Amino acid sequence: MNFVRKILLIGLVGFSMQTSHAEMTIEITEGIESALPISIVPFAMQGASGVPVDVSFVVDADLARSGYFKTLDKQSMPGRPSTPEAVQFKDWQALGQNYMVIGQVTEDHGQYNVQFQLFDVYKGEQLMGYRMTSSADELRRTAHHISDLIFEKLTGKKGVFSGRIAYITSSRQGKQSNYKLQISDADGFNAQNIASSYEPLMSPAWSPDGRKIAYVSFEKKVASIYIQTLATGERVSVAEFPGINGAPSWSPDGGKLAITLSKDGNPDIFILNLVNRSLTKLTKSMAIDTEPTWSPDGNSIVFTSDRGGKPQLYIMSSQGGEEKRLTFSGNYNARASFSPDGRSLAMVHGNGSDFRIAVMDMATKSVTVLTDGRSDESPSFAPNGSLILYASRKGGSGYLSAVSLDGKMQQKLVFNGSEIREPAWSP
Amino acid sequence: MKLNKTVMALAISAAILTGCSEDEKDASLIDGTQNANSGINDASTRGLNNGSGMNGSEMNNSGMYPNAGIGPEFSDPNNPLSKSTIYFMLDSSQVQNDFVPVIAAHAQYLVAHPGQRVVMQGHGDERGSREYNIALGEQRAKSVANMMKVQGVNDGQLDVVSYGEEKPASFGHDEASWELNRRVELIYQAK
Repeated sequence: MNFVRKILLIGLVGFSMQTSHAEMTIEITEGIESALPISIVPFAMQGASGVPVDVSFVVDADLARSGYFKTLDKQSMPGRPSTPEAVQFKDWQALGQNYMVIGQVTEDHGQYNVQFQLFDVYKGEQLMGYRMTSSADELRRTAHHISDLIFEKLTGKKGVFSGRIAYITSSRQGKQSNYKLQISDADGFNAQNIASSYEPLMSPAWSPDGRKIAYVSFEKKVASIYIQTLATGERVSVAEFPGINGAPSWSPDGGKLAITLSKDGNPDIFILNLVNRSLTKLTKSMAIDTEPTWSPDGNSIVFTSDRGGKPQLYIMSSQGGEEKRLTFSGNYNARASFSPDGRSLAMVHGNGSDFRIAVMDMATKSVTVLTDGRSDESPSFAPNGSLILYASRKGGSGYLSAVSLDGKMQQKLVFNGSEIREPAWSP
Repeated sequence: MKLNKTVMALAISAAILTGCSEDEKDASLIDGTQNANSGINDASTRGLNNGSGMNGSEMNNSGMYPNAGIGPEFSDPNNPLSKSTIYFMLDSSQVQNDFVPVIAAHAQYLVAHPGQRVVMQGHGDERGSREYNIALGEQRAKSVANMMKVQGVNDGQLDVVSYGEEKPASFGHDEASWELNRRVELIYQAK
C-alpha cells in the first residue's frame, strides 16, 4: 500500500447522565490510493447565539474517515466562499481538487437552516444542493446526513455516517469492573448508556428495525438474555434458563431470536419465538454449538461448533435439518456475521496463534483474511455492506476498527480509559 | 485546465440556476427525515436512566484464600482445600493430573458436609470469540463438577456458571496472564 494517511480527530464524548468523559480518536491507518480530492469549505455561520456544531468540520471528518476522500485542510484553501457566485473554480482546480462543498448555517429562533452545495470543480457544475432545518440537538445528525448525501452522490454507495453503533465497554474500578452497553453515532460521538452493571454485559444485537437491542447480562450472577426498547428504556428478560443464555441473533423479520442455551446439558442453538415465547431446539450435537447468525433471507442459520474437535462454522436450515460444515481452512473459525446482501460471511479466523477477521464468499466458499491483528474479533457489517466493524487489540488497549470488504481501507476508533468491544452496527 | 473561459462561465451560470431549483425541490424531503430522527435522541436518554438502575456489586474473587470463611482448613497452605482454582490448557476442558488431588479433597469435604454448596465458575482466556469462550468455560466447570459427582457429591450442592473471558483473573495480554485466566474457581457459598 503506497498511500498511507493518518488523520487524528479528537473530540469529547459526553455522557449526559455521568461526569466521566471518554476521549475518542479516529485514525485512518490505511486509505485507498484513489481517494478523491475534495474541499469542504467552512460553512458561513450566521446567528445571534452562535452555532453549537461546526457542521462543515463534521462533514470533512466523515468524508476523510471513510478513506474514499482526501479533504483539503483549511489553511491551504484559496478562499472561503459560501455562495456559488463567490467560487473561483480555477483556484480550486489549481489545487487539484475534484469536488468542493460550500454552505451556510443560519440561526432562526433557535432552529438552524443548513444549506449546502456540492460542485464538480472541473466542470464548474453543481452536482447537488440541499437546504434543511435542524434543532441544535440534531445538528450533528444533520451533518452526518449531509455526509451520506455527498458520499452516495460521488461513490454510488450508500453512506453510513448517520448510522449508530452499539458496543460494550468495561473499565476497572478498584477490584471490580464496570460494564456498559452504549450506543454512539458512527463517529463515536453522542455516546449514551443503554445498560450498566458491575457484572458482565455481552453480545448486543440490534433488532432489524433498529428500535431494540438484545443482549446478555450477568447482573443476577447468572446469564440472562434481555430485550431493551431504546425509545423507552423498557426491557424484558426473554431467556433465563439454567446454564448458558447467550449469543442472541434476530431473525430478519424481527419475530424470533436464535440463541444458545445449555439447559439440556451442553450448548445448543434454539429458536425463541418472540410472539408466543415458544422454544425450538435446532442443534442436538454433544459438542459446543453457539454463536448462531441468521442469513438475511431468513432461510439459514450459521453457527460455531467444535463437533469436529476445533471450532468451525456450520450452516443449516432455520427450520432445522441437516447441518453442513462451511469452513475448512484454519483451525479456528467462529462468530459469523452475514453481509446485508447475504453474499459474504465475516468470521473470526484463527490460524495458530493469531485471530483475524476473514470473509467468505458464499457463492464460491473462498475465504479471504482481511486484517492482520493478533486478536481481532466480533465482526459486524455496515448497513451498506462495504465496511466491517470489529474489535481489536494492540498491547494493553482494546479498540474498534473498521476494514473495507476489499481489505484496502482500515480505520481505528479508540476510546481512552476503557476497553471497548463487541461493536454492532445499526441496521 | 481543460475548459476554456467561455465554456466555464456558461457552466457556472447553469450550475447556479439548477442549484436554485434543486434547493426548493429537496427541502421538504430533508425536513421530513430530520423530524423522523428527532425521536431517537430523547429515546436513548430515557433508556439511559432506566439502564443505570441495575447493580450487581459482588467483587471479583480475590485474596489468597477466598473460602477462608468456611473453615480453618481452607486457609491452611498444607491442606489441598486451600487451593480453590483449577487451571486448564488452551482450548481444553480436560482436568490436568496436578489438580486431581485438589478436586478430590473438595469432593471429600462436600460429601462430609452435605449442606454446603459450591459454585464452580468457569473462565477462559481472551483469545478467540467471546460466546465460544462462554461455552468453553462452562465445559471446564462441568468437568470439575462431574469429577466431584463421581466421588459422591450430591448434584444439589453444585452450581455451575461460566463467565468466559469476561472476568479475567489477570489483566495482562500475554501467555502468563492467559494461563491464569483459563480456570475454574470454586466459590463456597456462605451457609
